[in-house]
Amino acid sequence: MSGIGTGYDLSVSTFSPDGRVFQTAYAQKAVDNGGTVVGIRCKDGVVLGVEKPVASKMLVGGSNRSTYPINQQTGMGIAGVSADGRQIVNRAMQEATQYKGFYGEVIPGYVLSERIASYVHLFNLYWYVRPFGAALLMASYDSEGPQLYLIEPGGTAHRYFGTAIGKGRQSAKTDIEKLKLTELSCRQGVVEVAKILHTVHDEEKPFELELAWICDESNKEFKRVPADLAAEAEQQAKAALDEDMDS
Amino acid sequence: MTDSSGDWTGLQAPATGTTIVAVTFDGGVVLGADSRVSTGTYVSNRASDKIAQLSDQVYLLRSGSAADTQLVSDYVRYFAEQHAIGLSEPPSVKTIANLVKQMNYQNKQMLEGAMIIAGWDREGGGQVYGCPIGGTLLQEPWTTDGSGSTYIWGYLDSAFRHHMTQDEAEELVITSISLAMARDGSSGGVVRLITLSKDGARRRLVKGDEVQLYGEELQMQSSSMDLL
Repeated sequence: MSGIGTGYDLSVSTFSPDGRVFQTAYAQKAVDNGGTVVGIRCKDGVVLGVEKPVASKMLVGGSNRSTYPINQQTGMGIAGVSADGRQIVNRAMQEATQYKGFYGEVIPGYVLSERIASYVHLFNLYWYVRPFGAALLMASYDSEGPQLYLIEPGGTAHRYFGTAIGKGRQSAKTDIEKLKLTELSCRQGVVEVAKILHTVHDEEKPFELELAWICDESNKEFKRVPADLAAEAEQQAKAALDEDMDS
Repeated sequence: MTDSSGDWTGLQAPATGTTIVAVTFDGGVVLGADSRVSTGTYVSNRASDKIAQLSDQVYLLRSGSAADTQLVSDYVRYFAEQHAIGLSEPPSVKTIANLVKQMNYQNKQMLEGAMIIAGWDREGGGQVYGCPIGGTLLQEPWTTDGSGSTYIWGYLDSAFRHHMTQDEAEELVITSISLAMARDGSSGGVVRLITLSKDGARRRLVKGDEVQLYGEELQMQSSSMDLL
């Protein structure tokens, strides 16, 4: 396997001779091997979809949630190690509450993304901690409009029109690029996200699809996609998949 | 001014016994203040500027302890500038008003200042926030504070109109402060005005002898021998 840095990968505070921090790269691997998470910025909002593999039939559906509201106008989806991701979500909630308390207004999306990226980056600097094995897709809708950010384990934050992370990200990104996002409403976006996640998922194993959005229709609040729309989206996704199978 | 026991009796810290007024109009906000600073009965400054700039389009009117309000305005100016760097744009009036409130509220044991924050931003237009002693923050269409304000609440209640023009608003502020200066011994001097709108900030001065007199205030007379 390429990338095993003998001796230079034991600590996050050690560079390798070719200028890499292997612990950060390994953290990224943890994300890459996890369930796929998709985010798209439509014309009236942002849609997040999380593919959650169901480990056992005895699990009650809907538990172990992967999308969280940070405040009314921001939410996050976790990819990778969900326990790590939840710590980042908690930090984001604290940042948002503290900002509102001090400045009297809601934290803008780009300010929060920078704060969280800085926070995540901290864990790549010191030997006595390890990097988070999670990446966050952050959806926000403020006076600047809807925004989608990706914060990676290394501590970088980028703003996207649409992106995917996790196992099926390559083919998911290809599918996203085919969409005309500036013309898509979030209602349509939810269906597209469901289709993409059903396509990239390995059919044999059961999985749960968690959909969340923030858009004009949700009153600019970050929420789970309403159950009826989510069910309809899954239905359409499965139908499209069967069509592809037959053709 | 010490007595035989060495106490500094009779000497008080400089205070802006003051009249400050801020009024919104259609398209902006007008701020006004008198200019008297008193140390007890001694007027230490008859032409002070009680209007402090916090950012390009947000200003602060100060009343109460001169030292306290100057420090608060310095800190808020600093915080606002830092915040603007992080935001890559000027903070909103609401945000800066909140910074003033935080200073006042978190340090309420030590501070004695009543302030009015007024400004203009693109999203909210002209806004006035009252921040009295103790650190409440309340947005209002107009407000007044300081020792002279007690005499003009009723006048402003009856004379304020929503959607005034800039000229009407400026006249209202000048008249209010003139009335307060006529009755409040701690207010006087000149009337300083600032008008904020999308066109920026405009200062105006109404000099002492141009201030309207009310009631039985003495008119300037060259000599009582003029009768002859």
